[in-house]
Amino acid sequence: MTTTSRPVGVGTVVAPVTASGPVGRPDDGRRPRWQRILFVLALVAAAVVFLLPFVWLVSASLRPREYVFAPGFLPMPFAPDNYAEAWHAMPLFTWLFNSVVVGVAAAVTATLSSAWVAFGFAYFRFPGRNLLFGLVLATMMLPFAVTMIPTYLIWNRLGLVDTQVPLWAGNLFGSAFYIFLLRQFFLSLPREYFEAARVDGASYPQLFWRMAFPLVRPALLVAFVFEFKASWTDLVKPLIYLRDEQLYTLPRGLKVILDRFGYGGEQQWEIVLAGSVIATVPMIVLFFLAQRHFVEGIATTGRKG
Amino acid sequence: MIASLWLSFTEYDVINAPRLTGLDNYRQLVSDPQVARSLGNTVYYTALHVPLVMALSLGLALLLKRVGRLQGFFRTVFYLPVMTPAVAVGILFLLLLNTQDGLINRGLALVGIDGPSWTTDPGWVMPGIVLMSLWSLGSTVIIYLAALQNVPRDLYEAADLDGAGAWARFRHVTLPMISGSLFFTLIVNTIASLQMFTEVYTMYFGNRQTAGSFNSDAASFYVIHLFREAFQFLHMGFASAMAWLLFLIILAITLVQVKLGNRFVYYEGEDR
Repeated sequence: MTTTSRPVGVGTVVAPVTASGPVGRPDDGRRPRWQRILFVLALVAAAVVFLLPFVWLVSASLRPREYVFAPGFLPMPFAPDNYAEAWHAMPLFTWLFNSVVVGVAAAVTATLSSAWVAFGFAYFRFPGRNLLFGLVLATMMLPFAVTMIPTYLIWNRLGLVDTQVPLWAGNLFGSAFYIFLLRQFFLSLPREYFEAARVDGASYPQLFWRMAFPLVRPALLVAFVFEFKASWTDLVKPLIYLRDEQLYTLPRGLKVILDRFGYGGEQQWEIVLAGSVIATVPMIVLFFLAQRHFVEGIATTGRKG
Repeated sequence: MIASLWLSFTEYDVINAPRLTGLDNYRQLVSDPQVARSLGNTVYYTALHVPLVMALSLGLALLLKRVGRLQGFFRTVFYLPVMTPAVAVGILFLLLLNTQDGLINRGLALVGIDGPSWTTDPGWVMPGIVLMSLWSLGSTVIIYLAALQNVPRDLYEAADLDGAGAWARFRHVTLPMISGSLFFTLIVNTIASLQMFTEVYTMYFGNRQTAGSFNSDAASFYVIHLFREAFQFLHMGFASAMAWLLFLIILAITLVQVKLGNRFVYYEGEDR
């Protein structure tokens, strides 16, 4: 924009342009003040638009039935009883518990198996490795709609339909996205380090568990939180595999609440909304606990693509 | 995969053994108006959703890059909807899009617009769904922001020395430098939106469609139709054929995008 208010760094301009050159800081401090204020105002407006649905959700879930659609954003009149009512009307605690169990199982299996495979791809050199790795990546392109039916038939044959096993056990085979992510991290570890350990008589599992695994912990956390979130928000698998309401995870339960209390029932939207808040809050908390890992994970995918 | 291909040539209801029927499923597929409708809806949605998400995300990322320390806060705000379970998103927007009392039409009324019947008028169901989908664009924003921050600063300084204006800098420095990320999000968002399921299923299927109060055809997406064929009507063979058609469509679209992408995407000295 304006070039006047900016100190011209002669040194940097003459320096050859390389990809590893200095990177633009988010705040380069060379823009006029009014312009930055304008940017902030635009972002504030956008942020309000993004936040309003949340504000409305929480507020409406705290109002009595007749007031759910009332104008305004304040929970007036205030009816926190909605939550107790929702809690008693449906086995929400069971569903929360199921979601946690399935989520942890899914995240642990996905992380461990992907790390194991990724380490193999990073450490061992064998003929056809790149081809095999390419094949693994290709599975990322495979739509879930294509694999949905065969996987269902396999679980059906194994007699595990209407159990929670299919919700996480597929992760035992690793997931292409995490394998890719973790391989990058394993590749960044110095190879000599592992070779020295080999000379000292460490076995391959020892290399993995005692050395590689602890060193890539941040990347493992990225895979863990992503898979936990994916499992927590998934409706498709519970819809396919679970019949028994006691086995439901939260999204599946929430769908039942909507069908029973929403359009299907007496339009008790306050219960539907309270249930939605209960399903959402743990994810928001998770995000604030692991924000760095989420942002890093997403940014990494984009860069490698 | 192979199993699914074989199944697509059979008639299979899980209980009885599959029966080979040759190309019947595919013949039926081509002539089924509901399949055509759901495919049309899905393509329509994708054509609206993908460019809008990319343009809006890029705009937000460009703003985010320029606000210094507040960046973290705004980034969090834009990402929170992504954390919201898809079922909750569906429920929330079902109510926000409500014709009389929904927040969105209330907002439109404030500026004097008589909002449409987003959830019941067949012509407005899709735009409503696109609107909902835009709420969850946070991941794309973060990808673009990371890409923007990786653009070497000296490139801008060199452009300044050459007397480039704001637009020229955006067009000739920013866009080429982040073209890799643009390309990546184009492909990923296209594949994802062709497989749209959860939010829309939550809003328009299940009890509501059986109650008959609403003609769900307008909200029928390809994968929703596939899911119902497979798991509600147990037409596993037919659904497998649908799955294969979807796979071929996605493959074809991705290949075209990759072909086009190679002409426009600039990769700086690959370091991996």
